[in-house]
Amino acid sequence: MSTTDAEATTSQPNDTTDDLTSLRHSRRRFGDKVFKGISSGSGTLILVILAAVATFLVGLSIPALTADAEDLQYGEFWSYALPFAFGTVWAATLAMVFAVPVAIGIALFISHYAPRRLAQGLGYIIDLLAAVPSVVFGLWGINTLAPMMRPLYVWLADNFGELPVLGWFFTGPVSGTGRTILTAALVLAVMVLPIITAISREVFLQTPRLHEEASLALGATRWEMIRQAVLPFGTPGIVSACMLGLGRALGETMAIAMVLSPAAVIHFELLTSSNPNTIAGNIALAFPEAFGLGINQLIATGLVLFIITLAVNMTARWVLSRRKEFSGAN
Amino acid sequence: MSVTTSSSLPSEALTAGQLPKHTAIAMLVVAVAITAGVLALFGAAGPASIIIVGALLFLVAMFALSGAVEGIRKAKDRMARYVVTGFFIIALFPLVSLIWQTIAKGLERMDAQFFSYSMRNVIGEGGGAVHAIWGTLIVTGIAGLISVPIGLFTAIYLVEYSGRGRLAAAIRFFVDVMTGIPSIVAGLFAYTLFSFVFGPGTNSGFAGAIALSVLMIPTVVRSVEEMLRLVPNELREASYALGVPKWRTIAKVVLPTALAGIVTGVVLSVARVIGETAPLLVTAGITSSLNVNPFADPMATLPVFVYYQYITPGVPQDPFYARAWAGALTLILIVMGLNAIGRLIAWKFAPKTGR
Repeated sequence: MSTTDAEATTSQPNDTTDDLTSLRHSRRRFGDKVFKGISSGSGTLILVILAAVATFLVGLSIPALTADAEDLQYGEFWSYALPFAFGTVWAATLAMVFAVPVAIGIALFISHYAPRRLAQGLGYIIDLLAAVPSVVFGLWGINTLAPMMRPLYVWLADNFGELPVLGWFFTGPVSGTGRTILTAALVLAVMVLPIITAISREVFLQTPRLHEEASLALGATRWEMIRQAVLPFGTPGIVSACMLGLGRALGETMAIAMVLSPAAVIHFELLTSSNPNTIAGNIALAFPEAFGLGINQLIATGLVLFIITLAVNMTARWVLSRRKEFSGAN
Repeated sequence: MSVTTSSSLPSEALTAGQLPKHTAIAMLVVAVAITAGVLALFGAAGPASIIIVGALLFLVAMFALSGAVEGIRKAKDRMARYVVTGFFIIALFPLVSLIWQTIAKGLERMDAQFFSYSMRNVIGEGGGAVHAIWGTLIVTGIAGLISVPIGLFTAIYLVEYSGRGRLAAAIRFFVDVMTGIPSIVAGLFAYTLFSFVFGPGTNSGFAGAIALSVLMIPTVVRSVEEMLRLVPNELREASYALGVPKWRTIAKVVLPTALAGIVTGVVLSVARVIGETAPLLVTAGITSSLNVNPFADPMATLPVFVYYQYITPGVPQDPFYARAWAGALTLILIVMGLNAIGRLIAWKFAPKTGR
């Protein structure tokens, strides 16, 4: 990079003339030092903040992990946290099952099917979903989506509730309000949709033009071209987009706290009124009433959530950075 | 039927082995009409079931027809096109439904009283969100004051000072990690920080601002870094060649060139955090009175206001729900307005990148 070159040449020790030496130590260089100090200082500050986040969470979690079970507001920590950890992963998984195919489809639609002139505008429309605050999604889920989905849930429970394997998921009695984990997962799916769509769309648009044209020139239909050129090129990008969406779905609080009618249970039933709550949703609901060590317990569940999302996000970044190495296909 | 007409054409015709242009639309209408009729016979006709079953029938019929006339490859191609288009339409549904609902229910209380009264001493009807709007502006403003300088200078460090140093690599990686911090965890962090300093159970607007900063800094860094990279190196070199020191080059050449993009990035990141609920729930808390001092006592913010109005309504419930929806509409208007401003700046002052 030429900026570093410029810096290197000015700071080389071999310019021995007095003029240059005096120049180097003049007040103008002092401004440089200050500016560089501020810049690298704020960079370091970010690392300090992140370290502080980790330290404070760990520090305040330790009392909850070491204290006797009788002293704890919510009882023994791991048996308290486990249902919520399960609920977090389960709700996020369901959300991904709905969101990923739809998001990839939309990304393909915008990048390869929609009329070119409309494509950018359609992208903005999907991005609008990302702009809606989560509390509004919660209101919408509880008011509109839950009552709307309930007839479908009744139908699912009537038809599949008795079957051997599907019965695990669709057994009744159906929740009277429709505020089940399936509804919550659908709201989550809508919330992560714009993230996955935006990243996949970018990756699809980067597909080497020549690969696409070569495929089409050999007589492939558009779908065959997409399967031969676009999807293989975009797979790592899709994977990391999904991981980032998963990170968002794991940590989403308000939609779960508002839509779900929660319980501390571990099961796969999608339609009943007892649903496994998530870590984030539980913190939002229980925090105002928590006291003493109860707060530490909630913070410790927050730490568990932090670790889960950290692992997911780091994996995503790792996949994405690996992709950079061999994306020189064009 | 189109099958017989197309097969009766001479095989040299250009349109041989293709379905006529508007077959798909005709088929869609026919499929929905048949579904509506059949479902009505069974007494199960509703708008949702007609659309779902009709769409499935359309896909199956279209696949069969296209497979018979055009061959299996073209049939698959058509399926992909319809499914992908269908997904896009499915995604429009929640957006339209959500905005429609919010407008329909929110307009009821979007009156002068909503913007001029707080909830102090309000039990049933009336009241407003002026305290929450002030709280949101103060908390987000402080968060911006903290995050923008830190984010800006970090981006300058990453782009201008340390291209590929070890510290820069670490910062880049951890900024990415920070992007993924769940918002509630950021809230817990600010809460624990302030519990340490001011004793447990302290709620204040400033704690909320710290929580929002943790969420805002990485988005500012990312967008500013991207913008600084767009500044052509020739500009920097020209400035160095004139003997301008590096810091003046950055301040007078690089930053002004990228200014529009930076402003856009900042506005969009403000729009992102202004709707955050969970971190403010545990840090800033809720109150029913106007509190403009961010350093003491709970401070109501618009998202938290909406949440509590809806989750813990009094009796009668309706005024509380109406206030919640009006708050939601206000929030959406603010966020969409900020987004529009950001995009407008980006579009109006975008530097020509030569693409």
